[in-house]
Amino acid sequence: MADEVTLYADGRSPFVCRVKIALNMKGIKYKNMEEDLQNKSGALLNYNPVHKKVPVLVHNGNPILESLVIVEYLDNVWERVPILPQDPYEKAAARFWAKFIDDKCIPALYKVFSSKGEEEQVITEACEQLQILEDELELKGKKFFGGDNINLVDIAADFIAYWLQLLEEATEMKLVTRSKFPKITEWAEGFVNCQVVKEMLPPRAIMLAYYKNRFGKI
Amino acid sequence: MANEVKLHGVTRSPFVCRAVIALNLKDVKYEFVDEDLSNKSSDLIKYNPVYKKVPVLLHNGNPISESLVIVEYIDEVWKGVPLLPQDAYEKAQARFWAKFMDDKCFPTVFKAVTSLGEEQAVAEVHEALQFLENELKVKGSKFFGGDNINLVDIAATFVAFWIGAVEEALGIELLPKDKFPKLTEWSDNYVNCQAVKDSLPPREDLIAIYKKRFGKA
Repeated sequence: MADEVTLYADGRSPFVCRVKIALNMKGIKYKNMEEDLQNKSGALLNYNPVHKKVPVLVHNGNPILESLVIVEYLDNVWERVPILPQDPYEKAAARFWAKFIDDKCIPALYKVFSSKGEEEQVITEACEQLQILEDELELKGKKFFGGDNINLVDIAADFIAYWLQLLEEATEMKLVTRSKFPKITEWAEGFVNCQVVKEMLPPRAIMLAYYKNRFGKI
Repeated sequence: MANEVKLHGVTRSPFVCRAVIALNLKDVKYEFVDEDLSNKSSDLIKYNPVYKKVPVLLHNGNPISESLVIVEYIDEVWKGVPLLPQDAYEKAQARFWAKFMDDKCFPTVFKAVTSLGEEQAVAEVHEALQFLENELKVKGSKFFGGDNINLVDIAATFVAFWIGAVEEALGIELLPKDKFPKLTEWSDNYVNCQAVKDSLPPREDLIAIYKKRFGKA
């Protein structure tokens, strides 16, 4: 039976993009169902009653939720072009860093922009989290968190590589400067230039317009 | 080379307990390193510089942090008694629910506890727990893992044991039996599993800690 893969998506979302990158890396054919998040489809609500969010991946009728859970699922089912390391310890380390990005980095970064950069403490906190990633890249001494090729951590950090600089541009607030975060800057450039990533990123213009509208100019 | 396994933790932590349960289920010999969280050991800070938190598992000198990451690591390294389903889809389901425990259940419970049972906070706990209740109803099995406990049950340890202790300590109700019959039944079964029983801290200790912390002693 041919695999039927459907992705309930919002093309602007970095979380959805994680899944798209993984699908693209593995050359998996899928149907993209673009959701209007102000008017969610019955299908989305049916498949994700708990969170009512995208992304949702439906594989042969089975729904999988949560971007990183989906990415690991894809890695389990389609073994070519592995996204997670084989070694259990390195796998655990990758999961740790992906979780760190979701639990600490992204919330701290969002807070900066949603608080319009008015609070010193909020900016300091965000920079602290970025510094931890900067140090990790420095320690690893490789092009990506995954080494020579992107892995789960790079994919998890997609927001930082692409969306963050667009947020910065829209709000005229710079957090990640080359002088302050040279490793992250270099990593980001490498990441967004990967073919499998480049093909999945939403256009700059769309994100800029969205962010300008949502966060306005500080 | 012999396996050297250490677990840095505190017995009162439901997150540390997850790792203890996994180790006990797999019958792994390990050394428990009791941490004083008001005076963290230099080892803890070295092994978990990002969070400086427990639990931290040390396997042949390699540190692993974050309780659910630790449990999955234990499952991958020690093969007996699987903690995750083999099937990729069921595995994804298990990971989803384990994440739900941390993303939704625990924060709502924490908020309800620190607000000493404020009405809206308790309502949010019930909203989160209702998803678990429904899941158990749909599954129709003894545990989230079916006939045997799995990652989800382990992730929900705080629901099965810590909620009861906090309810007693603070005189609040978070998990009423009439509203959550399945979850109540699951809790009773879960805490009576041998590996879980062997891993839980004494209930009176927890109650005393919470009474003291929230000024009810």
